[in-house]
Amino acid sequence: MKILIVDDFSTMRRIIKNLLKDLGFTNTHEADDGSTGLPMLKTGDFDFLITDWNMPGMTGIDLLRAVRADEALSHTPVLMVTAEAKREQIVAAAQAGVNGYVVKPFTAQALKEKIEKIFERVDAS
Amino acid sequence: MADSKSGGHLEDIQDSIREHTKSLVESVEAGDFTSAIQHVQNLSDVRDQSLYREIGRLTRGLHDSIKNFEIAISDKDADPDADESKMADASDRLDYVIQSTNNAANKTMDLVEETIPVVDDLKSEAAELSVEWGKLLRREMEVSEFRQLYKKIDVFLKKVDGSSNTMSSNLSNILLAQDYQDLTGQVIQKVIKLVKGVENDLVDLVKMAGLVERISGIENTQEVTDTADVLLAEGPIVDAEEREDVVTSQDEVDDLLSSLGF
Repeated sequence: MKILIVDDFSTMRRIIKNLLKDLGFTNTHEADDGSTGLPMLKTGDFDFLITDWNMPGMTGIDLLRAVRADEALSHTPVLMVTAEAKREQIVAAAQAGVNGYVVKPFTAQALKEKIEKIFERVDAS
Repeated sequence: MADSKSGGHLEDIQDSIREHTKSLVESVEAGDFTSAIQHVQNLSDVRDQSLYREIGRLTRGLHDSIKNFEIAISDKDADPDADESKMADASDRLDYVIQSTNNAANKTMDLVEETIPVVDDLKSEAAELSVEWGKLLRREMEVSEFRQLYKKIDVFLKKVDGSSNTMSSNLSNILLAQDYQDLTGQVIQKVIKLVKGVENDLVDLVKMAGLVERISGIENTQEVTDTADVLLAEGPIVDAEEREDVVTSQDEVDDLLSSLGF
């Protein structure tokens, strides 16, 4: 399972990376915004994308839309982990095809639940 | 600020108008129209003078507000040697906050990452020893095995001692790494004070500009348009309890998503 973590704050990437390690996912890679993350996704054969929303350069919602618009990437599961908490934003992310939405600050338990739920669905389909 | 003064001006003006009107009526009644026209002229002068005086007062007020605002955003007036404005200083201070919280977070994570394997190691060795200890308690242990266990326990106890020291020192250092809260708190308070000061000066400035516009008859036809994009990233919501358009917990996110068929 190869996972890309996109967040502009290295500390947040590190926290997510550590939590993923606890869940048994050790093959994690990092990018600091959508414009560096997207080329990695296109060439890196990633199985899962975890992205923040608010980032300089390309935001998470734009990255999500770009992923869904790209034929090769369109089926990659995407989990949004963000401080953005407006209902309209969550609805927009859902409409853009997000697979899960975790609001910061989050607990290890919440992140674990969402990731497991996403994989259950991916496995079922 | 100039309202108390304008009260005095207003009374003077009203007195002059009253006086000139009285004279005007008297002149008209007496049939002295030359004098009456003179009084009309006087009335008009009073109006012009009061208008000029009011514009002058407002212009001075506006000027003061602009000066205050400039002092707030630039420290150069107060200290000619200062090579930075207060605003630039404030952003440096906030950079310092980002830097120190970043350092503290990384230092804490370094220490946690260093401690976790130490704990895991102790845990697995203790589990192993516990199995052998159980054998001993159930008297299922050979003498040769017991000799090995004897040595293992000695090694383990020494290890526990060393590991405990490591963990205890790491925990103290994690505690110490939280000292940024005090320092960044002070810095942020200073910046908040500056921002509030600038905001007040700016409000004064806008008020004065509005008064000048009104008295001088300038109409500002530019409409304030609300172009806020709801999808624009806002960052952490600090007043979630007072807002209707945001969620306040992960449960609400989950409810919203499930209502959309997730």
